[in-house]
Amino acid sequence: MPDNPQLTPDGKLKHLLTLDGLPAGILTQILDTAETFMGVGERDVKKVPLLRGKAIFNLFFEPSTRTRTTFDIAAKRLSADVVTLNIAASSQSKGETVLDTVANLTAMHADMFIVRHSQSGAAHFIARHVAPHIAVVNAGDGRHAHPTQGLLDVFTIRRYKGAFHNLRVAIVGDVLHSRVARSQIHALTTLGVPEVRVIAPRTLLPSHVEQMGVHVFHDMKAGLKDVDVVIMLRLQNERMKGALLPSAQEYFKQFGLTPEKLAQAKPDAIVMHPGPMNRGVEIDSEVADGAQSVILPQVTYGIAVRMAVMSMLMGSTT
Amino acid sequence: MKIHIRNGRLIDPANGIDQPADVFVVAGKIAAIGAAPAGFHANKTIDAKNCIVCPGLVDLSVRLREPGLEYKATLESEMLAAASGGVTSLALPPDTDPPLDEPGLVEMLKFRARNLPGPRVYPVGALTQKLKGEALTEMAELAEAGCIAFSHADAPFADTKILLHALDYAATFDFPVWLRPQDAWLAGGGVAHDGPVASRLGLPGIPALAETVALATILALARESGVRLHLARLSTREGVEMVRQAKAQGIKVTCDVSANHLHLSEMDLTRFDSNLHFLPPARSQRDREALVAGLKDGTIDAICSDHAPVDDNEKQLPFGEASPGASGVELLLPLTLKWAAENQVPLAQALACVTRKPAQILGVAHGHLGVGANADLCVFDPEARFTVTTKSLKSQGNNTPFLGYELPGVVKTTIIDGHLDFERP
Repeated sequence: MPDNPQLTPDGKLKHLLTLDGLPAGILTQILDTAETFMGVGERDVKKVPLLRGKAIFNLFFEPSTRTRTTFDIAAKRLSADVVTLNIAASSQSKGETVLDTVANLTAMHADMFIVRHSQSGAAHFIARHVAPHIAVVNAGDGRHAHPTQGLLDVFTIRRYKGAFHNLRVAIVGDVLHSRVARSQIHALTTLGVPEVRVIAPRTLLPSHVEQMGVHVFHDMKAGLKDVDVVIMLRLQNERMKGALLPSAQEYFKQFGLTPEKLAQAKPDAIVMHPGPMNRGVEIDSEVADGAQSVILPQVTYGIAVRMAVMSMLMGSTT
Repeated sequence: MKIHIRNGRLIDPANGIDQPADVFVVAGKIAAIGAAPAGFHANKTIDAKNCIVCPGLVDLSVRLREPGLEYKATLESEMLAAASGGVTSLALPPDTDPPLDEPGLVEMLKFRARNLPGPRVYPVGALTQKLKGEALTEMAELAEAGCIAFSHADAPFADTKILLHALDYAATFDFPVWLRPQDAWLAGGGVAHDGPVASRLGLPGIPALAETVALATILALARESGVRLHLARLSTREGVEMVRQAKAQGIKVTCDVSANHLHLSEMDLTRFDSNLHFLPPARSQRDREALVAGLKDGTIDAICSDHAPVDDNEKQLPFGEASPGASGVELLLPLTLKWAAENQVPLAQALACVTRKPAQILGVAHGHLGVGANADLCVFDPEARFTVTTKSLKSQGNNTPFLGYELPGVVKTTIIDGHLDFERP
């Protein structure tokens, strides 16, 4: 990208739209900032005053529970005023365009938009059209990107593994439709993970995926061999409809993470999942609830990472 | 009206002329080249110093959006836009609302166009009713009403047998059939070329296979039916190669490429600019190079603008939700000149791709400037450059992927049927 719409001319974070093309320095700065927020949730008063007086709007053009809630908590812990709009159920059905919605909220003196939309590129589109003082955070756009999820995943990996330069990471499942996988791949390769693998049937991989810097596997046992980190992706039920897969049962048998398949990974490998999980489809409960699972800590870290992103975008860090 | 165009460099690819020569127009025809005919007194003299005088451009794909889609554009706005771009004849695809599937619609459209200044308008009729791909239209009636060929726009056929019947029926009357090869199932849901860029951006892809699979079917059926086939807007390297082989085997086939595909590739998509959302999608750099080369070696016969004005409400949306299409009739000449300059193509050869050759595909007697020919001319300054802005365009559609480009070639005067239809102040 010749001019990165996410950065100011002096290289500071202006919007967070994708991790593709963000320098490693910025990613590390976000992770380091997130560390400073790790204690906040455990205090009696779970708040810091960094974003006092700032108005943050959650614009969810597509339903979400977990992401919306963690953004909400993160903003409140920073003392911001938060308004959540489930636009999927309101103005869009009345025919209001995205740009009209954005203009209306700008008139209400917004400082930041957290955007989720079913179309790839929607956050870029909104960022291009907002007033210059407004920051846009992409909370998931189509199949394109989910940068805060990618960041919380590398934050989790750093917490458990310490460094990135000596890791093998496998991402398993529906990469084709996954904005999470794309953001993970960019974060991992940018931070210097030497070997990122994707494991999936050919029907669930985007064409030319190897050009994103990953090694492709179609066999779980081979793909999981000696990895340090296993990231499972959620399988949507509708994938069975477009003839991408025959059945959830066959998928689980071939690509579901069971204790036997996990045994191929290193003994201290960690297991991650962006949630919500389909137990018995992509992951066996024994693994999801097992000693190697870090799925719940991921959720906790997600709040600290989102606090870090929001405070950096508003130019105020501790 | 008698017009004297003086001091210009006349390029008439059909007659192999490229030399300084004055042109004299009398009563809608070219009266003389070089020296004035006896007793000639001009009502109007055009100084074409430093300019090229060439046949008016013939554009094989221009949507005027009438009937039914006037909120996007109107005959008035788009015919003026075409004339300002030196275009003097244009073919209208049938994808209006309703589609051009009834003689009455075609007659009305011809009537509306005839009473407006601007280019000659040649409707392309729908092959099937409502473009649903199920029942044939009354092609003979439509031809009588003024359709010069039949096409299916971007709509799919219900099944392959109906496509074969459409080709057979058209071949019965020797009506040309224009098809854009696209397998609707392989393309289904896609908004961008299925390649590394779309994969990275998470945009649902349209594979090159969507073109080549359909092309293999169409070529086989065309050979069987003997129909006069024109392939619209090739976009892939493999597609160019298949047409090259078909031509070598003696199949009656011509084809065009859009100016967009000569200059743009998937690499231009990285900012999710919805002005880059058009169909077929801008493909890989390798595909683009093959189209450029195929046009140069004559495998591809003509360049069209594939003009598709879209209103802001339908374009100012996230990429995948935006209506596909790019406005471009005014940029056909500049983009042709840019292609020629970048690929060492002689000007006369380049201009043939937007004059003589598309006129032959249309089956009309324009596109050349011999004495006695219809006086459809374009006078342009090949050295002058301009920057593309929404303000610099006359089309009602602001949706061009070339915004901000500096392009060569400024049209000074457009003459259609001996009338001054456009003069740049």
